[in-house]
Formats: sequence, structure tokens, C-alpha cells
Amino acid sequence: MQMSKKISTATAKPYSVVSAQNLGLTFDTNDGPVHALSHVDLDIAKGDFVSFIGPSGCGKTTFLRVIADLEQPTSGTISVNGMTPEEARKARSYGYVFQAAALYPWRTIEKNIALPLEIMNYSTSERQERIARVLDLVNLSGFGKKYPWQLSGGMQQRASIARALAFDADLLLMDEPFGALDEIVRDHLNEQLLDLWSRTQKTICFVTHSIPEAVYLSTKIVVMSPRPGRVTDVIHSTLPKERPLEIRETPEFLEIAHRVREGLRAGHGYEE
Amino acid sequence: MVMRSDHFRHHALPVLTIVIAILAAWYVGAYVLNASFQRDLDRRGNVTSTPIEFLAKTMAQPKPILPAPHQVAQNLFENTFLRKVTSNRSLLYHAWVTLSSTALGFAMGTALGIAIAIGIVHVTTLDRSLMPWIIASQTVPVLAIAPMVIVVLGAINITGLLPKALISTYLSFFPVTVGMVKGLRSPDRIHLDLIRTYHAGALQTLLKLRLPASIPFLFASMKVAIAASLVGAIVAELPTGAAAGIGSKLLAGAYYSQTIDIWAALIAGSVLAALLVTLVGLAARMVDRMMGAKPEGKPA
Repeated sequence: MQMSKKISTATAKPYSVVSAQNLGLTFDTNDGPVHALSHVDLDIAKGDFVSFIGPSGCGKTTFLRVIADLEQPTSGTISVNGMTPEEARKARSYGYVFQAAALYPWRTIEKNIALPLEIMNYSTSERQERIARVLDLVNLSGFGKKYPWQLSGGMQQRASIARALAFDADLLLMDEPFGALDEIVRDHLNEQLLDLWSRTQKTICFVTHSIPEAVYLSTKIVVMSPRPGRVTDVIHSTLPKERPLEIRETPEFLEIAHRVREGLRAGHGYEE
Repeated sequence: MVMRSDHFRHHALPVLTIVIAILAAWYVGAYVLNASFQRDLDRRGNVTSTPIEFLAKTMAQPKPILPAPHQVAQNLFENTFLRKVTSNRSLLYHAWVTLSSTALGFAMGTALGIAIAIGIVHVTTLDRSLMPWIIASQTVPVLAIAPMVIVVLGAINITGLLPKALISTYLSFFPVTVGMVKGLRSPDRIHLDLIRTYHAGALQTLLKLRLPASIPFLFASMKVAIAASLVGAIVAELPTGAAAGIGSKLLAGAYYSQTIDIWAALIAGSVLAALLVTLVGLAARMVDRMMGAKPEGKPA
């Protein structure tokens, strides 16, 4: 805990997008309280690509949902873009990509992307322009008129990313977006996501189960452990910004992956 | 050709078998029920007839206890196709009268049902206070309510179509309310979370998520509601001594023991019900198609 704090403050740029101090969240269940998050301190700087990794129940998704104001913390403080999460949500500060694509089945792909734009009162011409731009960004140009069921799982998830990019939020929250996809599609989407990140300059918070995925994508890896959910290590990646898929075979990559694995083991994540 | 004979074997044949079985049972029933009256008739008229003649006579009485299918079919045909549609004897005319109050009552019932469901889903107080009353309302027999409504409205000079339609409304809003409450609450957690991240208000969430998600539930309950509306319209025609409508036709038939007329009106009523339910089903399919539903039988 102490260490993560030190590292984050040492590298924190003047403006942190997400800043949590001593954050805790306890769910009251029939089997007694569940400590989903406990004493989490974290700073995420503008432009960071932060991965949250850990076994099930370590609170990584819960932390993302707290940032998004979908869950309320029970202790500590958190700010998003210098505001409370609720203010940040109302200011439409972030785009959220869920585990499933969560496309509305009665809307075509372009209508799905138009959904946030309709709610945020963008003009019709502005909507069309943005839909075309983000469809191109995720390589789905020409699929705008299709319904979700006509697309493969990977394409649906790309459409849901396009939807999160359609409006001007500089924070992107992604909750295991590629978890349900096969390895090859996942590799491809990881590559595209990095490309997208470097082109859009967004800050990305990315929840994952996969060590290679976390190491490949991130500038910063947050290792978490369960019961209670807490941060056990924060690793700053030394990999360059340009990352071809082959980088995953370099000693540098394997070293970071090793440290992540050690962190996961130290968190007693695999005892049960 | 192969496909057509398959279609026949799988769809038409089972239905046809049942129809033939029902008709056979009906003929047997007509003979059994009408035989004793015919025997009395023959005895009093001192007529002796062969079994075949006797059988034919049980199927040709003017006011039989159970008319034979062909008698009903003939009555139905004559009163549907051989009368002027403006004539008081035309079944089309009576069906039209009943249909118009069914349609009005169904439209009002559906609108009311949707409105109540929206209220229940959005206002916790309504959820707790309204639902028990709505359920209680349906436990009161419509036969008890209908005359009161007609009489009370008649006393304040509201007569004609509206009181009858109100009975249909009373029966049809209930399935729509129940179905729509379920439908409006049907969106997945993830779809609700998504629209919440956009800071959408309750109205936007209703219009862009809850209502579209509830459409399949709406049509399922509308199928029940339109059949209930028809029952309501027919029942509402009974206590008024209405001059027209399938209900009045049933009542008149009962007064004058015109059993063939009663059966013909009954069948006209069920044909009307089948048509209306089919119509709602077609509308459901059309809306489904418009909302981009996956055609059935196609892999994803």
C-alpha cells in the first residue's frame, strides 16, 4: 500500500484524472458484509493506460464501477477529473465499455452509436459525422446499417467501443471488454486498441484477467488481490509506446509479466 | 411439391383430424339430444318413419335442442352473405356493431394499461398502492359490473358506443398493465447501467430503453386483451337489451328459442375473435421485423 502510494505520487503528473484515497466499499449481503474494496490509494494521470489485474473477487470491476458512479464507496474519497464521480458522470466525463457489448438489439450499429449522442443532444449532422468517424476508427465502416445479431462477437465489442468513443470523454473505462473473445480476435483487438489510444490521447482504465494482455497494453499495471479487495502492487511499464505483437517475446516483457505474476501470488489470490 | 405435402402433413392434417372428430361428435350429439322430442312429435302426429328418415328429421328441426352443424352452417351462410349488410338480420351488421365497441374499448384499455404500467414502474407509491386494487378489480365478475355501468352511465345520458366500450376497457387494461409492468422492467442490468453512464433522465430511459424493450410483452398481452375486449363488448350488449350486436343476437335467440341463431351468432363471435387475435399477431410480426429482430430459424 505504502509503496503504491509512493510510486504514484512520485510519477503523478500535475493533473490526475482519477485519484482515490483510502477508498473502501463494503456490500451488505445475507452472509454478512463483503469487503469488495479496502484502503485503495491510486492516482491515474492523464494519458495513462492503466490495467487492473487480479483474480475474481478482487474488486477490480467494483473499482471501475465506483469511478463510473455505478457503485457508491462506503469509505475514503475519490475524485474523477477533479469532481466527485457523480458530478463526473453528469458531466459525461467517461465512456464505459462493459464485459458484454450491451448493444440495444432493436437498434442498428449506427443507431447504437447514436444513442449517447441523442441523449447528449448532438445535432443530426454532428451525429452522422461522429458515427462515420468512430466506425472508421474501429474498422467497422460499412456495417452501420447492420443489426447487432448480424455481427460476430468481436465486431459487436468493437461497435461498443466505437459507441464509447463517439462523444467527447477523455476517460475510457473498459471492464474486461475482450474476456469473452478467442485468443486471435483478442490479439487483433489489443493491437487496434493501442493504436486507438495513441491516436486519441485518451486515458484508459482497463480491467483484465490476462497477464499478457495487461503487460502488452499498459503503461501502468495495478495488481489486486481479494478478500478484502486491495491493491498489492503498482508496476510502471518500461516498454516503449510503439508495441508490435512480437514485443511479447522480449525479455523485458517477460520480466514485467513475471513481476505481475509474483504480485498476484503474493496477494494469496490462488490459495482457495 | 415435396415441401407442400410436408406442410400438409405437419400443419393441416392434425387440425383437419380434430375438426372431423368434433363434427362427428356434434352430429352424434344432435341426434341423441333431438331424438326424444322428435319421437314425441312423431307419436302425436301418428307418423311412422324408417330409421333413416327419423335420423334426417332430428337434423332438420326448426328449434332443435342442439342444431346439427349443417343447419348452423346454412344459417351462418344465409345471414352473412345473402342479407344486405344494413339489414337487422345480417350477421355482418351485428358483428360490425360489436367490433366497433370492441375496438374502441381495446384501444382505451391498451392506452390505460400502458399508462398505469408506466406509473407503477416509475412511482414506488403507485407500485404499492395500485397493484392490489387492479388485481381486485378483476376478481369482480364482469356480469355484475356491466349492468351497473350501463345503468349508471345511462342515467347521466351517456348511451350507445361508449358504455359498451368501457366494459371492454375494464377487461382489457388488466393484461396490458401486468404485461407492460413486466416489459418495462425487462431491460438487462447492463443496458440500464449503460444509459445511466450517459446521464439519461427517466423520460429518455423510458423512451430509448424501457419502451422498446417492452414491445414483445405488449403484443403478448394485447393478444389476451383483444379477446377479452370482445367478450366485454358481447357481455355489455346483454343488459342493455341492445338492438344490435352479437350479444343482442344471442339474447334474442335465447328469448325466442332460436337455437340455430344462437349457434350461428356464437360462431360469428369466435370467428371475429380469431380474426382479431390473428390481426394482433400480424402486427406483432410486422413491428418485430421493423425493430430488426432476427428472422426465425436463421443462425446468428
